[in-house]
This record gives sequence, structure tokens and C-alpha cells, in this order.
Amino acid sequence: MADTILQMRGISKAFPGVMALENVDLTVTRGEIHALIGENGAGKSTLMKVLSGIYPYGAYGGDILMDGQTRAFRDISDSEAAGIAIIHQELALIPQLSIAENIFLGNERTRRGGVLDWGRTIGEAKHLLDRVGLAEDPTTPVSALGVGHRQLVEIVKALSKDVRLLILDEPTSALNERDSANLLRLLRELNDQGITSILISHKLNEIIQVADAITILRDGRTIETLRPSEGEITEDRIIRGMVGRDLDQRYPEREPDIGEVRFEVRDWTVDHPTQAERRVVDGAGLQVRRGEIVGIAGLMGAGRTEFAMSLFGRSYGRYVSGTLHKDGHRVQLNGVDDAIAAGIAYVPEDRKEQGLILDTDLRRNITLAGLDRVSRRGVINPAREVVAAEELHEQMRVKSRDILQTAGDLSGGNQQKIVLAKWMFTDPELLILDEPTRGIDVGAKYEIYLIIQRLVAQGKSVLFISSELPELLGMCDRVYAMCEGRITGELDREHATQESLMKLMTLTNA
Amino acid sequence: MTALRDLLRNNARQYGMVMALAIIVILFEILTGGLLLQPLNITNLILQNSYILILAIGMMLVIITGHIDLSVGSVVAFVGAVSAVMLTSWGLPTPVVVVLALGLGALIGAWQGFWIAYVRIPAFIVTLAGMLVFRGATMIVLGGESIGPLPDGLRAIGTGYLPDLTNASVHVLTLVMGIAASAAIVWSQWRSRARGLRYGLPVSSFNLFITKVVATAVVVNVFTLVLALYNGIPIIGVLLIGLIVVFSFTMNSTTAGRHVYAVGGNEKAAMLSGVKTKRTTFWVFVSMGSLSALAGLVFMARLNAATPKAGTMFELDAIAAAFIGGASATGGVGTVIGAVVGAFVMGVMNNGMSLIGLGVDWQQTIKGLVLLAAVAFDIYNKNRIGAGRPLIGLRRTGTPPPEPTGTPATSDTDDTDHPELATPPSRQ
Repeated sequence: MADTILQMRGISKAFPGVMALENVDLTVTRGEIHALIGENGAGKSTLMKVLSGIYPYGAYGGDILMDGQTRAFRDISDSEAAGIAIIHQELALIPQLSIAENIFLGNERTRRGGVLDWGRTIGEAKHLLDRVGLAEDPTTPVSALGVGHRQLVEIVKALSKDVRLLILDEPTSALNERDSANLLRLLRELNDQGITSILISHKLNEIIQVADAITILRDGRTIETLRPSEGEITEDRIIRGMVGRDLDQRYPEREPDIGEVRFEVRDWTVDHPTQAERRVVDGAGLQVRRGEIVGIAGLMGAGRTEFAMSLFGRSYGRYVSGTLHKDGHRVQLNGVDDAIAAGIAYVPEDRKEQGLILDTDLRRNITLAGLDRVSRRGVINPAREVVAAEELHEQMRVKSRDILQTAGDLSGGNQQKIVLAKWMFTDPELLILDEPTRGIDVGAKYEIYLIIQRLVAQGKSVLFISSELPELLGMCDRVYAMCEGRITGELDREHATQESLMKLMTLTNA
Repeated sequence: MTALRDLLRNNARQYGMVMALAIIVILFEILTGGLLLQPLNITNLILQNSYILILAIGMMLVIITGHIDLSVGSVVAFVGAVSAVMLTSWGLPTPVVVVLALGLGALIGAWQGFWIAYVRIPAFIVTLAGMLVFRGATMIVLGGESIGPLPDGLRAIGTGYLPDLTNASVHVLTLVMGIAASAAIVWSQWRSRARGLRYGLPVSSFNLFITKVVATAVVVNVFTLVLALYNGIPIIGVLLIGLIVVFSFTMNSTTAGRHVYAVGGNEKAAMLSGVKTKRTTFWVFVSMGSLSALAGLVFMARLNAATPKAGTMFELDAIAAAFIGGASATGGVGTVIGAVVGAFVMGVMNNGMSLIGLGVDWQQTIKGLVLLAAVAFDIYNKNRIGAGRPLIGLRRTGTPPPEPTGTPATSDTDDTDHPELATPPSRQ
């Protein structure tokens, strides 16, 4: 029997009407990287909240054993004292303070009487930064750091508290490839220093790369724990555990039925809203046909979102030039309402910030963009509104109590379905999807792909922005690549590969 | 019973407010030895609080959009001052002055709305500036002195009553209006329920529906009866009911109202859904300005004079009423009825404490504490729902979910029409 640092036995936790966790077991061996995976809503975060004392002892059923002893954490400081640190998806750093101040926040290095000891603060911070290989001055404000380095500062903060068990919740979701690789390497090094990690992630390739053990949760139950040492593990093997069935294909089959050109953009140019002289979109042009899914590939900052939002009734930046043609006729869109009237819908990148009113019920969220469809002379017919919302709610197979539930209470995948429902309600002809599957699980992704395909089968057109190349290759009939605000190329389904796209995406105007 | 539980769950906030108002009323009814609910005093309550009520309705809209308006007290004074000059020095007829005054209020609202919505200066700053500007302008217009008395036509807005049809000892017109109002309520409730049934929506059971409608009708008629025992319905009462109905309808049932909630709930999402967010914010401030002007006229009419000190601290009363009435400081939440209840909570406390002879010093202190307690209770309630889940949940873990099938068939025969309400069949 290996040396066990943490054992969670028979953990149960219920919310009204839902069993979030039911008899979950998790055993973590000392010094390993243990991945915890499952679809959204499978119970990963709840389990980690139980472990870190956010749900205090007594609010759940079952036992937590650390180093073989039963523990009863009443709050986070209890679990921290036991050497557990959790790093959340949303980083908890204060941008205005320096790296050193952030590291020791709440745990300050002081002289007698509570006066800050700057020498020790900066010296120890320097030492800790070296340990993770971050070559930054400890007095630099955190706001000057990129997101990858901020993540490292979070880890350093945990190290400063003598952490023995480090929990990372989706640490790489906001990082680019290189920063992700660095972070994972660091986790490996920390392992060698005796720190055990629990890694929650949706990125299966990363998990296969680094994890010593993989525990899969589904519907609040432990399904299995896989160990690469006991035989090779493939992504398909993990997905089978997560969804409980074989997902033969990650992208549903479809027979494209593509018609004539419906929308055409010519020479679209946009400047940054506040910085003069900064061109964000530069002479971009594209075509979308009836029944076609057209992708836009590009790296961060390529101007994809800016381009899409600017097309959508000039909702971003300062319009410089360019024309939009629908069925061969030029259309002028001066606001989002014009765009909606012209049959364009835009599903934004950030569903919480830009897509939903989180405090409001699903019904009102669904009908917001098309209120005129259920009202006469500005007066809403409440019954027709409910019927319309109910219909879309069902069509999208949203998992919620009813349409009067608050949007903020739903999981990411279901929130995204509500945003899609909102735009379906306006009956658009061109649907612009900006990262529609970001941060949602495999099962929900597949459902969203099906919805997209159903739309194009009805003769609608889709413009699909995504940072995941396999997704673009799997879904699109044609893909445009963008770099530095320009369209650098166009590849059809037969010719597009990850390599050919990546080449176009990095084709800078040197 | 499910229906009743759902009703309570979905409206917990509003019932909480009404309950709080009821408790305060009962408390002061006892403390004042029955004076509070005398017909004379109830009429006084309406007259005394009319201008705060008008302001609270406008303030509720402003707070729903996520802003604040600190200038309303000064605008009340300024519009009063200008109107008084128009009435006395210029000798304009009252109806003309009323129209001009409301226009002036709208213009002030548009001025502030422009800076807030289009230039995007925080409302706190713009209206703080407005508070100083219009207080100063009031003193300039009045030259530091009060203007009064005012013509009878204007005074009627603040102190007049509807004329009676007969010379009976009770005010018959008031009773007739009460009956007419209850008929209108029954009719509209019935229609909305019928519409729900036509579209196959879950509606409350027939018994519950009847109980609700009858209870509402009884309350309305008791209220008008009490008023009828004194001088009948004050003119301002009719005006208030009109405002409440119009603003409630706008906020609940029109696209414009929905847009106001959307802007307050998430401005970016609203903008990307085609809501003209700037225009919405602008018009909310125009409505606040007009309502401030109306409050200014009413206050001046009651006082029979325009004074430089008029409206001092009104903004704070209106803001307090809105928050007591369930508004959220982050915007997107609140109801017009809530603002009305909130204003009455403040009004009953003012009136009750005066009746039992508490000084202004103590009144201020107690009102401040009540405001804090109301909002704290609201926030506590919200958090409790969040954190309370585990406790309820733990109890459930012991006995896995045999959904209470309740007492079918016997209780609500009406429910069988709506399969949505029925217990879903177990999936195992």
C-alpha cells in the first residue's frame, strides 16, 4: 500500500432537490499529481469545497482523513493549517499590490506591533519566486504580469503557507500553450519537493501527460480511478468514463447542403475604441453561404472577436471603412437593433459578462433580444412570452428546474444553451458564435454542435470563432485564418489541417 | 399546496416587505392607542407622504438601472420656486403652470441624464452637482425668501378632496370608486388567469385564486370605507394610484420596462441584445425629473408657499424607501409596489412616532436603524438561501427522495388540468 496523504470516504452532499455528491471516494497518494475530472456539474468543485472547508464539517456526510487521521475543517483557515491550499479558476490576487505583498497577504511578515518587515517580505518572496523559476522583481505590481505569471504567484502564495496538498481548479484554461507547459512542469518539480497536487482540468491531453492518477466523477459519484502505471490511458478511455458511454465521434456527422452566398463582408476596417492610430481589424473580407459553417481561426489578439462585434451593429471600436452585403445588397447597421433586424445574431465570448443577466430568470433572458415578437405596441403578452421561452428551453434541452430559475444558478453548459436560445428566438439568418464551447464539458459541447448543425440544415449560416483548432476542423466547411487584424488565408474542409491553419494564423505582416 | 409554496417561494421578498409594513402598523396602532388607523389619520398619512411616494417611484427606477439621484430634493425646491414665481409674479393660470413645471422637471432630468448616459459620468457625481446647482438656483429665484400664499387652484393638488355626489354622512363617490376598483381588479386577474389556461400554463388553483381575489377586494373596500368616513379620497390619492398603476404596468408588462431591468442587470449583455442602453438610462432620468417636479408642486401646495429650504433631505427619504422596498444596490432588482410599501414604512414610522410624541432627534435615529435593519435582513435572507442549502440537504440525505405525492384528487381539482404540476414519474 502506497503512502496515502488524503483519503475522502463516502462523501455526500445535497442541495435542495439535487444530490451534488453521493458516496464519493477519493484516495490521493503522497507526492503524486492526481487529476480529478468529470463533466460540468459532476461534482468536482463541490468535492473540493468540502475538502477545503468552504462547506464546513457537519454540512456533508462522510469522512476526510489526512495522514490517516480524521479531520473536521470548519473553514478555510483550518484546512490551510493542515497544509491544503486551493487555487481557484478566478485568481484571487490584488492587482494594485506588489508580488511580495500579494504572496504574504493575510500572512504578513511583521516586526513586533504589526509593523511590516519589508526586508523579510521581499527577501522571502524572492526566495520563493526562485523556487518556481519566476524571474520577476518582488516589488513589481501584479497588474504588470501576464496571466501565466499571475498563476505562478498564486502558487508561490500557497507555498509560503507550507502547503502539502495543492488543489488547482482549471489552472491552464486561461493560459496559452507555453505557459501551460511551464505550469505543468512546475507541478512536476513541486512533486519532487514532496508537494502533492490535485488537478481539475478539462484538457484531457494535459492530464494524460502529467497525471499519476485520474479519478473520474459523474453525476456526483466516483466512477473509477485510472492509473497510467497500470496500462496506457487514451482520451477516448477517459471520455468513456466521463459520459458513461462511448462517444464514437466528438463531432456529429453532417451532409453539408450549401447554397448561394448570403453574407459578404468587404474591406472591413476598425480602430481601437480608445487608442488612436491602433488598427484592430484591417481590411478584412469574407463570405458566408446558405447552410454553411465558416470558421475563423486566430491566436489571442488576432482581432476575431473585435471583427465579429464590429460587424454586429458596430458594437466594438471605431468603424473606419468596409461594407456588409446581404443577398447582394448593401446593408448599413448602425446599432445592435439594426443587426438583429437584418437577421444577424452574435453569441458572445463571455457568456456571464456579455451574454446573460445572471440575476434574472431564464424566461426573461431568453426573450430579451426578441421582445417584439411577444409584444404588441410595446406591451408584452406574458403568456405568449412564457410559451415561447418554454419551447426553446425544451428544444435546447436545458437542465434546470423551470424557466423561472435564475440564470446564475445554472452550470456553464446550460448557461450557454440559454444564450443560444436567446438568439434562436430572434430567428437569425447569420449566427456568429464566439467561442461557443469554451469552458463547457464534452457532453454539452456535443449537444451544442448538434444545435449548430440543426440550424445550418434549416438553411441558416454560421460564422464560428474558436481557439480550438480540432473543433474548427471538425465542424466547419471552410476556415478563414486571422492574424493581426487581417484575414491571412482561407482553407476549405479538404485542405485545412492544424498545421496549415497555424501557419496562416502566424503570418505576420513583417 | 405546491402552488401555495411556489407562490411564497417566488415572492418571498415582497411578502416579507408587506409583513414588515403590517407589523409596523400594528405596533404603532397599539402604541398610539388606536389613533394611527383613525380615518382622519389615514387621510393625513396619505397627504403627508404623497411627495415622498412620488419620489420613491422615480427613485426605484433610477436604482433599478444601477444609478442614484441625489438631486431630487433640490429639484423639488427649484421647481416649486419657479412655479411660485410664475403663479404670483407673472400671474399665469394654474394649469399652464403645472404643465410648464412638469416640463421644467423633464428638462432637468434630461440635463442630468445626458451627462450620465451619454458622457458616462457616474450618477453620484452628476446628481451631487445637481443637488448643489438647483439648491443654489432656488435661492437665487426666491431671493432667499418664501413666496406665498398660493392660488386655491394649485392648493387643491395638495389638500383637496374629490367632491361628493350626495350629502350623506359618508362619502358615497369614494365607496363607488372602491367597488369599481375591486371590479377592475377581479376582471384583470380573471383575464390573466384565463389567458394562462388558454396557453396551457400552470396557474394557481381555483380556490387559491378566489381567496386571493376576494382578499384583495376586501382590503380595497375596507380602505375606501375608512376614507369615506372622513372627507373621501384626496385628489392626490387619485393621482398616486394613477402613478402606481401606470409605472407598475410599464415596468412589468412593457418592453420599455423590461429594458430598464436589463440595463440594470447587465448593461453589456443588454447592449448586445439590442437594447438601447444609453437611451433607456436617459429616459429613466427624464422620468425622475418629471416626478421630482410633480413632488415639488404637491409639496408647495401642501405648504401653501415656496421656500428655499423645501425638499431638504427628500432624496434620502426616497432612497431609503426604495431600499426598504427591496431594491438592490447593484441594480436590476426592485418593484414599483416595493417602493410604495417602502415609502409607507417610512411614513407610518414618521407619523406614529410623532403621535406618541417622540422628538425629531429620536425619529431620525430610529429611521436610520430601520433602514439598516431592512437591508441587512434582505441580504441575510439571500445568503441564508445560499448557505442554508446544505442544512436542508443533509436532512434529505437520510431519506432519499420519495417525492411527497401529497393528497391528490381531493385538494385541488383544478391541478389535474396541468400536468406540469404533477409529480414526474420516477425514472428508475
